[in-house]
Amino acid sequence: MYAAIGAGLAVIGAGLGIGQIGGKAMEGIARQPEAVGDIRSNMILTAALVEGAALVCMVLSFFVKAA
Amino acid sequence: MIAFRKYCIALIFSGLTFFAFAQHGGEPTSPQTEATHQSTEATHEVQANGTETAEHGAEMHGECPCGTHEAGEEEFNAGDNAVHHIADANAIQIIGDVYFHLPVMLYAPGQGWTITTTGAFKPEHHGNGTVAKDGYVLVHGNVMRIQDPSFPKGEVALQCDPTHETITTEAGKEKIVYKIGANNTCYHLDPKTTLDGGIMGGGITSFYDFSITRNVFTMLLTAFLLFFLFRAVAQAATRNHGKAPRGLQNFIEPFYTFIRDEVAKPNIGPKYEKYMPYLLSAFFFILGLNLVGQIPFFPGSANVTGNISVTIVLALITFLISTFSANRHFWEHTLWMPGVPAVLKILILTPIEVLGIFLKPFTLLLRLFANITAGHIVIMSFVSLIFIFGGAGKSLSGSIAGIIASVPLSLFMMTLELLVAFLQAFIFTMLSAVYIGTAIEEPHHDAHH
Repeated sequence: MYAAIGAGLAVIGAGLGIGQIGGKAMEGIARQPEAVGDIRSNMILTAALVEGAALVCMVLSFFVKAA
Repeated sequence: MIAFRKYCIALIFSGLTFFAFAQHGGEPTSPQTEATHQSTEATHEVQANGTETAEHGAEMHGECPCGTHEAGEEEFNAGDNAVHHIADANAIQIIGDVYFHLPVMLYAPGQGWTITTTGAFKPEHHGNGTVAKDGYVLVHGNVMRIQDPSFPKGEVALQCDPTHETITTEAGKEKIVYKIGANNTCYHLDPKTTLDGGIMGGGITSFYDFSITRNVFTMLLTAFLLFFLFRAVAQAATRNHGKAPRGLQNFIEPFYTFIRDEVAKPNIGPKYEKYMPYLLSAFFFILGLNLVGQIPFFPGSANVTGNISVTIVLALITFLISTFSANRHFWEHTLWMPGVPAVLKILILTPIEVLGIFLKPFTLLLRLFANITAGHIVIMSFVSLIFIFGGAGKSLSGSIAGIIASVPLSLFMMTLELLVAFLQAFIFTMLSAVYIGTAIEEPHHDAHH
């Protein structure tokens, strides 16, 4: 059960982070539609980095459960 | 609008199938009465619909030395069901009791090699073999070995289906133990060796499995498909050089130019051409496996990119390429970055950067694994709704309600998974390009040092 709580907490953080990234990217695209390509690739990259931290937390919580 | 109509037709048809089933087993009024007047035919129908009952096995092979489960004692567990269906297996189940047999190569220290196919185990329902071959048996599509070394070699008929129970070991861990009955004795079974060091509940056991499993088969199939696809496209590209692309070339070239112009060039820089073969191979291999894994029936259905061993190897290749092509500039900025106090470097920055070298491929492998596995588990859970609502096949009205809930949700998830298949292939390629790009980047502030 603690593993599930850990995974859930990790997802809250990642959700906030990726939400911010996506929202700001949308704002950026609305302001400057011509920069959509650059903004999109950077958005995906940053989202992937945030997701990476969340995934590490989730896997750690599963390992804690298994150990 | 047309899509909606098609969906309605699909819903009606799946409903009709279950009505036909209702006609066959007698009109259900409530789960209780249905259970009481279950005819033999109805029992067979329930079996064919993939629900768990051990009763069938006991009926067929007589008394089981490991003890039999009471009918209906085993509850339908959606989680176990989902995990079982996304896991790798030795046999591919096409439909019902029809199998696509794959080569099995097993090695046990002291016994030597056993090379055969899954057909030698004569699997019936649920991928359970009915015959032991050289002490190996097939349990839910996976090969296991009978622990007792005195068990006779060659073909031995099994008396009943394998049973399993959960026990708590001395260390306080929960462990599932498999048992099988043959020669009026109950034998314990050994699972295959895994190299996870016991983290995921595996470890080194009495035998090693080098078989062409479901996942290996799908990888070979995808590799062949990609090979012939790209040979045709490459020939067309040579033939139509300087002219407008035609046919298949039209379909592949946008992907190629996308990887080159949006992924490789901006992230790697002027030396991108050297890394294009790897990036393209990784992209199309992952995309191909994701898409083949989306097909819910025979040639597909194997969850390859959702298997952590596969993603570990893919990430390892990226790690090796980026580490071995890293230049002096990269190592300098990772291990002893200029312009920072030495205390800070030793205590904080260098350890973090060194950790980062290994964390980068680690998140790369986990991202692909977690995304694909999560999608498959969600689809399996939605399909399981039919069995949860239907009380594991006992209530027909419940099953129909389950279908009405399950079909749109599964369709929605599968559409989302199509997007994820492309997105994850792209992200893997993109991050590989970024990691290679940071490793080979030339310094552009020479004035500072």
